[in-house]
Amino acid sequence: MQRRTLLATASALIMALAAPALAQDEPLKVGFIYVGPVSDGGWTYQHDQGRLAVEAEFGDRVETTYLENVPEGVDAERALTQLALAGNDVIYATSFGYMDAVMNVAAKFPDIKFEHNTGYKRADNVGTYDGRFYEGRAVIGTIAGRMTETNKIGYIATFPIPEVIQGINSAYLHARKVNPDVEMRVVWAYTWYDPAKEADAANALLAEGVDVILQHTNSTAPLAQLQQAGKIGFGQAADMSSFAPTPRVSSVYNNWAAHYVNSVGRVLDGTWQPDGVWGGIGDGIVAIGDITDAVPAEVKAEAEALRDAIGSGEYHPFTGPLNKADGSVWLAEGEVAQDEDLQGMNFYVEGITAQLPQ
Amino acid sequence: MIQLVPRQATSTAWQVATPVLAVLATMVAGGLLFAAMGHEPVAAIRTIFWDPLFGPAASYSRPQLLVKAAPLILIASGLAIGFRAGIWNIGAEGQYIIGGITGGAVALAAYPADGPWIFPAMVLAGMAGGWAWGMIPALLRNWFGASEILVSLMLVYVAQRVAAWMAFGPMRNPEGFGMPGSRNLQQYPAAANPELISGTGAHWGVVAAAVAVLATWFLMSRHIRGFHIRAAGTAPRAARFAGVNPATLVAFCLGLSGALAGAAGLFEVAGPAGQITDTLGTGYGFTAIIVAFLGRLHPVGILLAGLLLALTYIGGELAQLTMQLPAASVQVFQGMLLFFLLGFDLLTRFQIRRRVLA
Repeated sequence: MQRRTLLATASALIMALAAPALAQDEPLKVGFIYVGPVSDGGWTYQHDQGRLAVEAEFGDRVETTYLENVPEGVDAERALTQLALAGNDVIYATSFGYMDAVMNVAAKFPDIKFEHNTGYKRADNVGTYDGRFYEGRAVIGTIAGRMTETNKIGYIATFPIPEVIQGINSAYLHARKVNPDVEMRVVWAYTWYDPAKEADAANALLAEGVDVILQHTNSTAPLAQLQQAGKIGFGQAADMSSFAPTPRVSSVYNNWAAHYVNSVGRVLDGTWQPDGVWGGIGDGIVAIGDITDAVPAEVKAEAEALRDAIGSGEYHPFTGPLNKADGSVWLAEGEVAQDEDLQGMNFYVEGITAQLPQ
Repeated sequence: MIQLVPRQATSTAWQVATPVLAVLATMVAGGLLFAAMGHEPVAAIRTIFWDPLFGPAASYSRPQLLVKAAPLILIASGLAIGFRAGIWNIGAEGQYIIGGITGGAVALAAYPADGPWIFPAMVLAGMAGGWAWGMIPALLRNWFGASEILVSLMLVYVAQRVAAWMAFGPMRNPEGFGMPGSRNLQQYPAAANPELISGTGAHWGVVAAAVAVLATWFLMSRHIRGFHIRAAGTAPRAARFAGVNPATLVAFCLGLSGALAGAAGLFEVAGPAGQITDTLGTGYGFTAIIVAFLGRLHPVGILLAGLLLALTYIGGELAQLTMQLPAASVQVFQGMLLFFLLGFDLLTRFQIRRRVLA
């Protein structure tokens, strides 16, 4: 308990030093903790672009710092505490595995606001934020369904967690909607980022006759394989436009800038709340990269119409009638999936014949 | 002309002096690196080496040095014994992961029971797991002459897959919304490994590291087994004539270093990490190899080396925070330390003489 008091004293001290300073328009200090290097060209890069967007938007009113390459696990709590002791007023923790560390540190620094990316635990000073990536999958699933000639599309999946299962289901449903003969092949890479494994997964899919690949993993390795094979795929996490116009015919990327600018703005004007933000295309958090000319104009128009319908809230990618893979009814005619159901999604929809790893 | 002349016996004075020289050379070369990157070199070196001990937030970072150094010292103490005998356990990282899993398994099986037996049972199970993982390369070497270097190293990757399987499969938190990772043991008092005396950072792993330093010192300098180990390392043939059984020694060294690494894994899983995740291994097992050599394979040297490495980690974080030094440059800095140490090692075995030309 003494350590807690010690930390509380330390934070109180910093707050005491910061409080009169804030009155003199000292900048708001915003800290970020990244799981990878800012140069990864994917997940962490997109978060850092968000940090830079905050600086561009608010200029002298904010001061941002970050800690990169902080592994999930033993180091996370210390790194977060260092950010807190350095006087940051808001701290964004940008990886799922930081969750319990964020909760521990937030309890010791009640005056600092925390936001945890992709987690599900909240407190008075801890909010969460995440992207409805399944919305983007619906759009590129549509393109995949139209573009496949072998009627086999592939999905390089990471881990069997709800976010990934949502993505597979959404991509499949929208590919089937435009192409009833389409089959979905899934390879589990069990990694978020590993170029060698991702390349292997892409080759395994190609060998099965797949000619369009969607990836949930974050490296460009699958696109490099597709380039050699003359098949197509999509950018993931970042736009990956260096592979455009083909094999990268479009992308689903994470535009955290939209969230960070919004969230920091709320801290600055005093309206910040520990919310659970789950933003999609409409909020600008999930973005669809430019659809290249490798895609026929009518397919592009169809995909963009779907994107806009999802963005405006007019259409939900999981709208009944939908059955689960075991044949049981999931959503009745016209029924829309509830967020709570999606956040615990652990089943394939009817039509996907693969087995979900348990 | 400068000439290297082999010494009759390794110089004790140089054995003590070379690590100090290596640290100084690292500071100079690191300073040049930081200067070349456009950072103030003196400030960077001071932030890394001085601020964690005496800087503004030292009351927090000093105890954290113990937390960070404890697993390194515990693992390196075991590794050093094998290294002295010429038995190369490169796979402590795998033994650490397996120890964390087997020890954590006891807690998860016992949950939510309460009892003073739970934590000691976890420690024993962790040690047994690490021991068993270390015995695989030992037995393969004794039975088939397989290189323990390769086998122990490759078993690290197997252990990482086991950790991923556990985190996504059998040990997944049933209340975790399908997300990977076990229950958090920090929130299960009977299994937690908390700070023992508040404000010191010291958990059971720190105690174990201190005991390991004393015990290995006793073993190596006062026990017949220690004599056998040293004999086998310096003169294997002579050792065999003196009645040392090489197979027993291999099993002893790999088993002991495995058990200590396993214990370290358990202390982290029950303490700073809190849970079994797919990212359980964060490189302590590999860094401990550096610690063992930096500490000259001597228990006291390892104690100091572990603290020094911990200092560069925590100081490196501070340098990232306050000077925005990239994380990779801090890793280069740690690499330099080993490089200079091995370089200066030459001085313990050779004398530098100026040859007078006739």
